[in-house]
Amino acid sequence: MVCGKVEVTRSVVRKPDRMNEQPKAVALISGGLDSMLAARTMLDQGVHVEGINFFTGFCVEGHTHAIRKRDKARPKRNNALWVAEQLGIKLHIVDVIEQYKDVVLNPKHGYGANLNPCLDCKGFMVHKAEEWRAQHGFDFIVTGEVIGQRPMSQRRDTMPVVAQESGAGDRLLRPLCAQLLPETLPEREGWVDRTRLHNFSGRSRKPQIQLAGQFGIDDYAQPAGGCCFLTDQAYAEKLHDLWAARGERDYELDDIMLLKVGRHLRPRPHFKIIMGREEGENRFLEGYRKQFMSMVPISHPGPLVLIDGELSDDDIELAARLAARYSQGRDAERVTFELTRQGRSRELDVTPYPANDIPREWIL
Amino acid sequence: MDSVSHHSLDARNLLCPMPVIRTQEAVADLVPGEILTVRCTDPGALSDVPAWCRINGHEIVTTERNDDEINITIKVGA
Repeated sequence: MVCGKVEVTRSVVRKPDRMNEQPKAVALISGGLDSMLAARTMLDQGVHVEGINFFTGFCVEGHTHAIRKRDKARPKRNNALWVAEQLGIKLHIVDVIEQYKDVVLNPKHGYGANLNPCLDCKGFMVHKAEEWRAQHGFDFIVTGEVIGQRPMSQRRDTMPVVAQESGAGDRLLRPLCAQLLPETLPEREGWVDRTRLHNFSGRSRKPQIQLAGQFGIDDYAQPAGGCCFLTDQAYAEKLHDLWAARGERDYELDDIMLLKVGRHLRPRPHFKIIMGREEGENRFLEGYRKQFMSMVPISHPGPLVLIDGELSDDDIELAARLAARYSQGRDAERVTFELTRQGRSRELDVTPYPANDIPREWIL
Repeated sequence: MDSVSHHSLDARNLLCPMPVIRTQEAVADLVPGEILTVRCTDPGALSDVPAWCRINGHEIVTTERNDDEINITIKVGA
């Protein structure tokens, strides 16, 4: 874990021939309020700002809301795009799914309460932003971090770690708490006015909500956090289960997307069933039927079921009996399924599994 | 005769923001005026792809929704 003093690299002073150019900042935009306010603070100081957003595969974002009908009241939008549009800035969404695996699987600074490698994650994202900054000739990086806001990645002692390990050094500016931190390059060079930056700290949201009010911002996504499935206990347990069943800690995008959707049951170590909980999830799972064995009840309405693993005939019957329990034929004597494997279908007639007999540990 | 190049991007069965990322990558290889039709299945794309186009200066020509498929046609901006 983090300990000791970390010195942040001081960047070489800028050449005076660019003194009259508009400074350019790339802002990490999560879609939440803090990064929105940080970017807006820079815009207010005349900085040219473009946003950057990293897609790790674990982002909660709009897609899960789009799948599930029960969430239909929530806006089906990508909040990072929405924020960029409100601010009038460009947004670059970067696919980091493959590179992010190492952050999840081998976090140098360990995990938080679940599988959330928050400090490594922040360092990784600032590092990717620093790469982008250097490639595109921008001057500095902006984040919405606030001292004390997060137990791992946003502490006074971990903030210099992020700056140092990311390679951004003192080109990393946190406008919301900059007055509580050592001066950075943009401040020293006069690209931004330190007196017009902020001194927010702690978990209170009041200063942010007040600043939002000053900017006339009255619509924003979740006030803080909740943007990553790795912080979610149930999701983390499903990911642990996947690794245990496969005997290795690895994943593909489809694996981690499917963990976000449906009801997951593992009745035997060598197979798992994934059942849609409603129409939107069934439609999403439909897209995976070529990759997995699947079944659909044809005698009664019920879930589309994907089956992950190599199954014997007894296993298939068990899977169908469990799926029947979650269909509208749960109280019927028999439920008929259409079972499809490798493009070939057959019918299967089973007795629904008794509800009280389903062991709790089968339900992930 | 229409000399504008038309391109198609299959983003079906991808959840947002992947359709946006794929659109971003496809547009990067096109020149202003060219047309790209993005085929999607995630309803989130109905808001996200147009939002991405608006902030990056591209024009939405048409948006069509048929059953479970969404086709968004974009004219690449300067």
